[in-house]
Amino acid sequence: MDPRILTAATVVIGVPAALLGYIWLVERIVGLAPEKRQASLRPWLWILPALFLLGFFLVYPTIATVIRSFQDKSAAANFIGFANYQFFFSAADTLVALRNSFIWLVLLTVFVVFGGLVTAVLFDRVRYEPVAKALLFLPLAISFVGAGVIWKFMFDYELAGKPQIGTLNGLLQGVGVQPAAFLINAPGNTIWLIIVGAWIWTGFAMVILSAALKGISPEILEAARVDGATELEVFRRITLPLLSPTIAVVATTMIITALKAFDIVYVMTSGNFDTNIMALDMYHQLFDFAQPGRAAAVATILVLLIIPVMFVNIRRFQAQEAIR
Amino acid sequence: MEHQARRARGIAAMAAAIILVGACTSSGTPAPGSSTGPGGGPVGTLSVPTFTKIGGSVSVLAVWAGGTDPKTEEGAFRKVLAPFLEATGITLNYTSTRDLNAAITAGAASGNLPDIAGLPGPGKMIELATAGTLKPLDDLFNADAYRADTPGAAALEVNNKQYAEFFKGSIKGLIWYDPKVYTGGDPTSWDDLNAKATTALGSLSGTKEWCIGLQSGAGSDGWPGTDWIEDFVIRQAGPTVYDSWVQGKTKWTSPEIKAAFTEFGKALSNTYGDTNLILSTNFGKAGDPLFTSPPGCLFHHQASFITSFFAKDNPNTKPGTDYKFFLEPDINTSFAGAVTGGGDLVGMFNATPQAKALMQYLVTPQAQAIWPALPAFGAISGSKSVSTDIYPDDITKAAAKDLANAKIFRFDGSDAMPAAMSDAFLKAILDYTKDQTKLDAILASLDTVQTSAYGG
Repeated sequence: MDPRILTAATVVIGVPAALLGYIWLVERIVGLAPEKRQASLRPWLWILPALFLLGFFLVYPTIATVIRSFQDKSAAANFIGFANYQFFFSAADTLVALRNSFIWLVLLTVFVVFGGLVTAVLFDRVRYEPVAKALLFLPLAISFVGAGVIWKFMFDYELAGKPQIGTLNGLLQGVGVQPAAFLINAPGNTIWLIIVGAWIWTGFAMVILSAALKGISPEILEAARVDGATELEVFRRITLPLLSPTIAVVATTMIITALKAFDIVYVMTSGNFDTNIMALDMYHQLFDFAQPGRAAAVATILVLLIIPVMFVNIRRFQAQEAIR
Repeated sequence: MEHQARRARGIAAMAAAIILVGACTSSGTPAPGSSTGPGGGPVGTLSVPTFTKIGGSVSVLAVWAGGTDPKTEEGAFRKVLAPFLEATGITLNYTSTRDLNAAITAGAASGNLPDIAGLPGPGKMIELATAGTLKPLDDLFNADAYRADTPGAAALEVNNKQYAEFFKGSIKGLIWYDPKVYTGGDPTSWDDLNAKATTALGSLSGTKEWCIGLQSGAGSDGWPGTDWIEDFVIRQAGPTVYDSWVQGKTKWTSPEIKAAFTEFGKALSNTYGDTNLILSTNFGKAGDPLFTSPPGCLFHHQASFITSFFAKDNPNTKPGTDYKFFLEPDINTSFAGAVTGGGDLVGMFNATPQAKALMQYLVTPQAQAIWPALPAFGAISGSKSVSTDIYPDDITKAAAKDLANAKIFRFDGSDAMPAAMSDAFLKAILDYTKDQTKLDAILASLDTVQTSAYGG
């Protein structure tokens, strides 16, 4: 028999069978326990497989990565203390990556949240809303690598007076402005790259915020208007506060996206001209320089940077739960 | 010295090679080799093993992509392998990747490697060989004969063992021009080149001496500049300094290396367009202003394979009438005839019988003669036993002759450095191009990388 059929059969029949078997087994074990304990025992036994998977695929690799960050690149993986971290915080190139990741974190979040909010509110008031939303959402369906290639053409540079292949320089030359080498000159090039990221993600923010916007009951807004509030006041004092939990979610997603950003920079400048970012540096350390220890140190620093964001988020979430 | 003596024997073997090539292309099966020199002994080429139908399969990973279309690189690669696969009944499992370095590093870490793979350069090869991941090839063929037959093969040795083969080669430091624009003939020295350029530029307006484009794509931006530096180092300071520099023993701040950067800087200052254009122009399009009217530049410094880009970007140009080249002239006469070159390397990770047979096949003159004979690739055979008659045009033939006649040959230095050093070198080229006044700081930072990139 074709081994692939066997594999498929194992997955289709075996996995549900194993799950059912597990539940049956758990019930048998719970049945053995004294009546009073059963209710507290059952959830733990049911959650056990999930805990195991989480531990094996998330906790274990995380711990292993942290341990790896204290080892050198040799096969023996000798313990070298904080040398990998020392390298990260002393090499000029990695410091540029750290700075740029910070710029990404701030600007991508601001661009996307602001853009998403403005478009969500404005599109809410036009008749062709679905069309406008679809257009803005479209870039999210393009892979980041694809977007990088597209925008590389958009930013293409040719000497003044020559035919411009790049759309932006074509426009600039059309109105008599000198063409600019968008991707070459720092610090502007990092911002242009972030704009590509924002182009992709704004549609996502808009859809989420728009859904939240539709959830605000019209009576509240109507009441405010009857009380004499201007549209701007309605937005500032009613819409915005009601949207703030959603904005927090979008902002958190963007912060994490910014810290994980890789593809756009890899494709468009490959980190040259002071555009390097942390995830790309991690990739170079691991795959090009065969420095798993240094790569693990970058990964650990990224995790440490994300922890406060997660912490604030969880606190917010708990506060909201408390209000309810 | 030895080099030359071997080359003499190599030339003697060419006749035999031509016959072999003919036999190979007509019957589609490798002919059994029996190359003997005038004296009846073995010549400076490799005996060709007889391949039997062993069947099985071999997995290969390399950069050549494009499917089975014979006009693409993958098509050409498959063409090279076709006679072998037919003779042995082996099935080819081929995967192509543009990021070979990352694919191999990841594969080596996980133990999931193909039987045979293209290698990004001698630097990576040395790492893999030292780690024991690459298998030595000395048992497969007469390694001495192979080295004698192949310029630059010495760069592929680790502890006196051969760890990779040249699949195909290229010669670097060729200076391309439009013979309708530049008529000054081949210069005899670097100063002569600049003097001839000044004369030629006198009758042109708006034309610069050079065309340079440094963009190349993820991870390799800047490499045309590293070629410039390498060509200056070997011609100004000679092979001993060159080797010691590539091996990380000569500092970047040493006067020899600094002199090469300074000379490159002079060329950059006399280049078509502005700094932004140099940095954002793809190397494949960099030579296009040679063909504009009025021409943007007089010369373009690039390896032999650039003809494939000329052909693609300017389909109306013809080799010989629209573009020609001369070899970058000697600078210090004590190192006359020194050239650099590159090439595609192939190494073996799993010594299966099929993989061994393929590695044996790839060094044979008939395998080495297939790709270079295809038009519009500008490929040069890695084997000196391959007759220059196989080349599809006079330009490629002349480049192949220059490679075979090189008195001193060194492999592309940046490819032979460890990855971290090579990466820093590429970045340094971009930084230097952007701002030449920062040279000392750039070289000092390269020294810092050098102290940690080598060894351990």
